[in-house]
Amino acid sequence: MGEFFSLLLGAVVTFILAFFVGITYGGLTRIITARVQNRIGPPWYQNLLDIVKLFSKKTAIHHGAMHFMGPAFIMVTAVVSVLVIPVLNEGRWFPNLNFHGDLIFLLYIMTFGPLGMALGAGQTGNPNSAIGVTRGLSQMVGFEIPWVMALVALMIQYQTTSIVDLMTIQVETGTWIAFSSPFAFMAAVMAMFGMFRYAPFDIVGAPSELASGPISENGGKYLFVMMTAGSVFAFAKLTLYVDLFMGGADNLLILVIKTFALYMIPVLYGVINPRYRTEQAIRWFWGWPSFFGLLAILQAVFF
Amino acid sequence: MINDKNAQKIVDIIQNFARKHSIWVLAYGTGCGAIEIPPTMTSRYDAERLGVRGAATPRQADVLLVTGYLTVKTLKRVVRVYEQMQDPKYIIGFGSCTINGGMYWDSYNTIKLLDKYMPVDVYINGCMPRPESVLGGFAELEKLIAAGKGDGATE
Repeated sequence: MGEFFSLLLGAVVTFILAFFVGITYGGLTRIITARVQNRIGPPWYQNLLDIVKLFSKKTAIHHGAMHFMGPAFIMVTAVVSVLVIPVLNEGRWFPNLNFHGDLIFLLYIMTFGPLGMALGAGQTGNPNSAIGVTRGLSQMVGFEIPWVMALVALMIQYQTTSIVDLMTIQVETGTWIAFSSPFAFMAAVMAMFGMFRYAPFDIVGAPSELASGPISENGGKYLFVMMTAGSVFAFAKLTLYVDLFMGGADNLLILVIKTFALYMIPVLYGVINPRYRTEQAIRWFWGWPSFFGLLAILQAVFF
Repeated sequence: MINDKNAQKIVDIIQNFARKHSIWVLAYGTGCGAIEIPPTMTSRYDAERLGVRGAATPRQADVLLVTGYLTVKTLKRVVRVYEQMQDPKYIIGFGSCTINGGMYWDSYNTIKLLDKYMPVDVYINGCMPRPESVLGGFAELEKLIAAGKGDGATE
């Protein structure tokens, strides 16, 4: 029973940590974007203020049961992935529910939220939502291929489907997988551009074209749930990348440094780029990223 | 709602603080006034540092910015947009046209005084108001929100 409560407490602590780190990263991203555009930018806690405001708004939007559940699906994805992904190498403060095969489980659960959101957006009947969903699923078809290739390469090369095993291997050998399997790392990082949906891959939201796409009928508390889940999920994904490729982290400071450095790749690539069209985005993902993914699998099989 | 009066007061302070520093604007660009919004938002005047940000749809917006004259036909659409917004919601009347008709004062198909049709919170005077006065209007709205008086609809 004591073990159960410590697991529960660890889950809550991990979630709160992921929320605050994710929301701070969101605010810092807005500052960095503003500085690139020669603006001052909002304070770093602006996203937190936005979330409190969204929560305090009255919400009277009714489109049916599926529309209610759309944000909930995103929240479920964020919470489950943050529970399965190990935060630190030594999991004393952040006990996780990881198990053998959690890498395959994550591959599925990470597409679960967007798919649930797509169903919810479909029920609103807003044409902008429908176009946004079409674009989002097309883009997912694009970036999932290099992403899955990179993970399959890791699974073949190290003969395991457990994240903890991959972390242990990196600690024992002393080299990051980013160096021992460079092609898998490159394919995964390029797939990350599509996952985070910054420019040039912000074709789903696209405020000036689609009126924010799938979320155009969601205001107030719906957006509150979505922004919270988005912050948590961003931290979960970054932690997964650090665990898989960059040797995990021994303490929180190292984790924050590594995840922030990783996060800046799509952000800084985004601020200097305009937006792709849908077919351009898919062609981009099926070009060099998929080629690197293929190289990674060849390296895993033959070397 | 919380029954304890003091607790409710603290919650109100926190909520109003967040509301006044996070204003999502839906610009209804009917007239020429919409041309003053881009310089307000971009690097010269940078409204985002005050928490003012554009919203894509009425569902997500807090403030409806009516920029310029309204014909009788567009008034119907603006009221529909306003009804889709979620409480608490505010309206800013932008430019002389929303105050007294401006240069359309003797037109047969534009409305003269926006306040007769919709609950306006703040007017920004000018034809056109410069970005400084737009930011001044937002500052005025922030004062109203902080005092808890901003909700023109509940009057």
